[in-house]
Amino acid sequence: MVIGLEVHCELKTATKLFCGCPNMFGEEPNTNVCPVCLGLPGSLPVINQKAVELAMAIGTALSCEIRPSTFHRKNYFYPDQAKDYQISQYDEPINVNGHLDLPDGSRVGIERAHMEEDTGKTSHSGSSGRIHGADYSLVDYNRSGVPLVEIVSAPDMRSSAQARSYATELRAVLIASGASDGKMEEGSMRVDANVSVRHSADDPFGTRCEIKNLNSVRSLGRAIDYEADRQITLLEAGERVTQQTRHWDEDRGCTVTLRSKEDAYDYRYFLEPDLVPLVPDAEWIRAVADTMGPLPAERRARLVALFDDLGGASDAQIDQVATVVDLGLDSLVTAAVAAGVGSRLALARTANEAATDVDAARRLDVDSYVALLTMESAGTLTATQAKAVLGELLTTGGGDPAVIAAAKGFEAMSEDSLAAMVAEVIAAHPDDWNQYRAGDDKVQKKKEGFLTGQVMRTAQGQADGEAVKAELRRLRG
Amino acid sequence: MTAPRPSTALANAVRSGARSALEVLEEHLSAIEAGDGEVHAFNLVTADEARAQASAVDRTVAAGDDPGLLAGVPVALKDNLCTRGVPTTCSSRILEGWSPPYDATVVTRLRNAGAVMVGKTNMDEFAMGSSTETSAFGPTRNPHDTSRVPGGSSGGSAAAVAAGFAPLALGSDTGGSIRQPAALCGVVGMKPTYGTVSRFGLVAFASSLDQIGPFAATVGDAALLFDVIGGHDPADSTSLNRPTPRVLSVLDDGVAGLTVGVLTEFLVGADPDVVARTRQAADACANAGARVEEISVPEVAYGLSAYYLIAPGEASSNLARYDGVRYGLRVDAEDTAAMNTATRSQGFGAEVKRRIMLGTYVLSAGYMDAYYNQALRVRTKIIEGFAVAYQRCDVLLGPTAPTTAFPLGAKTGDPLTMYLSDVCTIPTNLAGHPAISVPFGTGDDGLPIGIQVLGPALSEGTILKVAAVVEAAAPDLAPPVLAGRS
Repeated sequence: MVIGLEVHCELKTATKLFCGCPNMFGEEPNTNVCPVCLGLPGSLPVINQKAVELAMAIGTALSCEIRPSTFHRKNYFYPDQAKDYQISQYDEPINVNGHLDLPDGSRVGIERAHMEEDTGKTSHSGSSGRIHGADYSLVDYNRSGVPLVEIVSAPDMRSSAQARSYATELRAVLIASGASDGKMEEGSMRVDANVSVRHSADDPFGTRCEIKNLNSVRSLGRAIDYEADRQITLLEAGERVTQQTRHWDEDRGCTVTLRSKEDAYDYRYFLEPDLVPLVPDAEWIRAVADTMGPLPAERRARLVALFDDLGGASDAQIDQVATVVDLGLDSLVTAAVAAGVGSRLALARTANEAATDVDAARRLDVDSYVALLTMESAGTLTATQAKAVLGELLTTGGGDPAVIAAAKGFEAMSEDSLAAMVAEVIAAHPDDWNQYRAGDDKVQKKKEGFLTGQVMRTAQGQADGEAVKAELRRLRG
Repeated sequence: MTAPRPSTALANAVRSGARSALEVLEEHLSAIEAGDGEVHAFNLVTADEARAQASAVDRTVAAGDDPGLLAGVPVALKDNLCTRGVPTTCSSRILEGWSPPYDATVVTRLRNAGAVMVGKTNMDEFAMGSSTETSAFGPTRNPHDTSRVPGGSSGGSAAAVAAGFAPLALGSDTGGSIRQPAALCGVVGMKPTYGTVSRFGLVAFASSLDQIGPFAATVGDAALLFDVIGGHDPADSTSLNRPTPRVLSVLDDGVAGLTVGVLTEFLVGADPDVVARTRQAADACANAGARVEEISVPEVAYGLSAYYLIAPGEASSNLARYDGVRYGLRVDAEDTAAMNTATRSQGFGAEVKRRIMLGTYVLSAGYMDAYYNQALRVRTKIIEGFAVAYQRCDVLLGPTAPTTAFPLGAKTGDPLTMYLSDVCTIPTNLAGHPAISVPFGTGDDGLPIGIQVLGPALSEGTILKVAAVVEAAAPDLAPPVLAGRS
């Protein structure tokens, strides 16, 4: 199968693309509107410079060529289209010829990433919620004129998994570049998929269908697989695939015809006479690039590199790295490692515990976090205690972990009492102890886990697992 | 021998306290009351708002402050300029009941200069026409002969100034809609350089051609009004962000040393009396010290054809928003598409529909390159042709319209003949240049003739200087006599 994706991304600007109205989601209908975004007679668009900068940031993040560009009018009648035309970049987009590298090493071409304005939102009143059979329709123009960048990939993807990976990575890049919040559920990132099938990679591309209404990465994958199967079934039955726009029905798990090529609009594109060409100079482009932080791929590489001295990161750790980068919690890991905390512990605590409350973790005082992991690393707190203190830190946003630990009555167990407790457990489980001493690697590992667990239970969470293991190994000799 | 500047004099009298703005206004409201039944220059007279503005001006003067350059001067506004809370109809049924929630930039500037806005003037529907006969509210009549048209599309504004209803008026000029009615009504009208006057709040017809400009009784007053409304506006992306020529100071500099080219293409097809007046105006320039020569710009002959592809193309898009969804007329039907169709079928007049269809066609897939894009190439050629001419000449001179005012109904049955009324004015719009029409005597029928002075971009100062010389040499034009005032 051959897949190309068109991703519409709402830019995270304070105001709309061509007027000063707030760019906000979820407000009372028709409150963030003015003559310009309502398309009132006599109103004129004025480009939002911040939107241009965010579009250039996307272009930079996707290794595009950033060029002088123009706006066109795309003419079609629709009630939520305030002017009955959309201002969009057409044959001279701001960003062209880029690419996005995926975590599996594959590269997907980016044909263009152009600017355009969003439409309003129509809701149909009636049992179906769709236009057919509606009693009446209501239009909310709050979204009218919200800045969008449409990112058009080359038809470079060959599986639904790769398409999902592209969408996920693109989302991470959009967030990292500061251009978008990437919230698919709020519609700030919307994906359309072009899917076609062919016998072999040597054949020319087959006829494609465009699938709309993909509201999650999961839907994207399901829809592509469904659509490819549908086309294969058609072809195997000797029928032909006709070029169509299809709608993904999430509940029924299938795609249905929206309109065919014959019904396609003639958009009568022509140069928007109310705007002048956009010609960003090299200095402006450089300034935008300079304000951008490192991209997800680079940030992942940076975290994975922390394991170079430990024989490289395991698959599980690579997944943890992806989680941390995706959630933007990199600094928690790097700060802890810089303070001498082991990479493994820093990554695991961040990906497994801190990540459970992302918003709190993003607000968390880094110094408090580093201090906590340093205590755990030194054995001053056990893993269980450290997690409890972290829970408290996430709630309060910061503080002295030592004070919190003391308040909770957590005290580090002295080496003597730990040794005594280990001895006690060995005495109570002589068979296990003997097997631990005599067994092969596998048995040793299993028994070490068992004996450690017994000590931990006895200590009721006050013992440090690593310290217990060290004592067991010392006694084994 | 500077021509009188009645608006300037009026403003100065109000600023000095010699006259009250309210009293000046009442005089004009009386004139409207007496004569507009006959002329129908206005769609709406905003007497109450005007009285409030005039009183405010008088209070400012009483407080010892300066209300501005246009203190107490009544100004009429073409009904495609948005006025906050006051209906703005474009003389179309489709905007029935709609009042803009905002003022056009030019309206704001008029307010800030102390002007008193007396009402909204009639026009061809959405500025599409050359006679003000496509108005949904009935035609405006030429004050010099009420059996004749005032020209268009800004016929109401031209007639208002000619009839003495307002000393000043604003119009918009997309293909000649200020200059042609100015010529036919015997007043001064100027289309400024594209980008010198903000289009924010001007209801769009053809965005790349539309430009707001002044009507006045004399060249000096037109210059005054241009100085007030011109200048950069961040709300219009096509507004030039550079100093607009301040024209008042150079008006009386004369034409000695300038080269005036008489544009031969504009003489072809013009009536003999119009050609004779043009030559007479050229002689006046020569007598005042200019070098006068004949010059040909062959490309302008294609202006009309290019214009009737470009302007309808843009209009078809600009007028799409009148769909019955958000404002103005709505004709109910069983679904949205049918409602759109019913609304637009009933709301637009025949000429507007003709141009929307024409424009939709020329932008359609498969036809765009042959028509619209070809017209854009012609537009470039015209700009190049003018550029060559302006290497030799400082300004060009010709008639504004090929004929004097024609009888009502004479051309309504034949759109192409009507379109030819703008043959001398359209090339200027395509080039984005300024041009001014100055009254210069009458034709054999006793009706006013206008002489047009054209210049390159931002040459307002130069064309106004030449216009002032033409004006000074112009034969006297008897003021119109309306039945209601005779």
